[in-house]
Amino acid sequence: MENNQTNTGNPSVDITYRRKRNAEEMRHQVISFALMIFFTVVAFVAVGSGMSGWFTVPFILLLAAVQVVFQLYYFMHMSHKGHEAPALFLYSGLLVGLITILTFLTIVWW
Amino acid sequence: MHAEEKMTLEKWPAAPEKQTLEGKNKFVGFWLFLGGETVLFASLFATYLALKDKVPNPEHALAKDLFEIPLAFLMTMLLLTSSLTSVYAMYHMKNFEFKKMQLWLGITVLLGLGFLGCEIYEFNHYVHEYHHTFTSSAFGSAFYTLVGFHGGHVVFGLSWIILLMARNAKRGLSLYNAPKFYLASLYWHFIDVVWVFIFSVVYLMGMVG
Repeated sequence: MENNQTNTGNPSVDITYRRKRNAEEMRHQVISFALMIFFTVVAFVAVGSGMSGWFTVPFILLLAAVQVVFQLYYFMHMSHKGHEAPALFLYSGLLVGLITILTFLTIVWW
Repeated sequence: MHAEEKMTLEKWPAAPEKQTLEGKNKFVGFWLFLGGETVLFASLFATYLALKDKVPNPEHALAKDLFEIPLAFLMTMLLLTSSLTSVYAMYHMKNFEFKKMQLWLGITVLLGLGFLGCEIYEFNHYVHEYHHTFTSSAFGSAFYTLVGFHGGHVVFGLSWIILLMARNAKRGLSLYNAPKFYLASLYWHFIDVVWVFIFSVVYLMGMVG
């Protein structure tokens, strides 16, 4: 992580600096949480208001995808350095998973 | 720094979960596991989508008869909030504040238990009010397998966090247990990631029809 390089040799200075950085990051986490709550409410309202399925289904799937990006990159820290292997694993899994879903939706028809 | 070393605030590293070799290995290994879990849940979603509303006769309840907005919304809010509280726990872990970390993990567990209670009520309701069971139709099997597998993950995640909290209650934070707490919270976030798709694909799309 980038704040590994901020050793001044003075422990109390380092700690004050790191705590500040952590508090800053926590603020971003709370903002992403607020956005996730907002997307969730919008998705439920879109369904509750009884709009046409042709609009609602792609719309709530898009909201879900955005929410998951927030969850992965902020809550699960994938935006931090040193997450190349996790990204490889997750996206490989996602690729196989999406192909599975596509296959099932097209060849299973009974 | 080695894993069993007695830690102080001055010595606590910025990324305690990856300070030891064991921590680094666990981190990579756990993400590999989460990649596999993604495939597992994707196949269950694929099965559900293929078998949705496939019932033997018209007397069986379909997705639009079963699901209700208020309960799905409450469950989503409980799990989403518990994801934030576990972020707070990891924030205090990085600041070497063991008591505060335990407190926020405790709140996470309570919210998770609330979610689990709602799910038990929900399944019970479907079985007794709608006779929608695991064996009543292909739709029922696919629904309970997908949502039940997620519920099983919630049970496992809760047990994991509770065990970690109890096991390390008197030990305080060290480089030995920091990776354990970090991975348990990653697992908890992943459960929420899966739930985002469950409430969108199963509940919301089910109500749209």
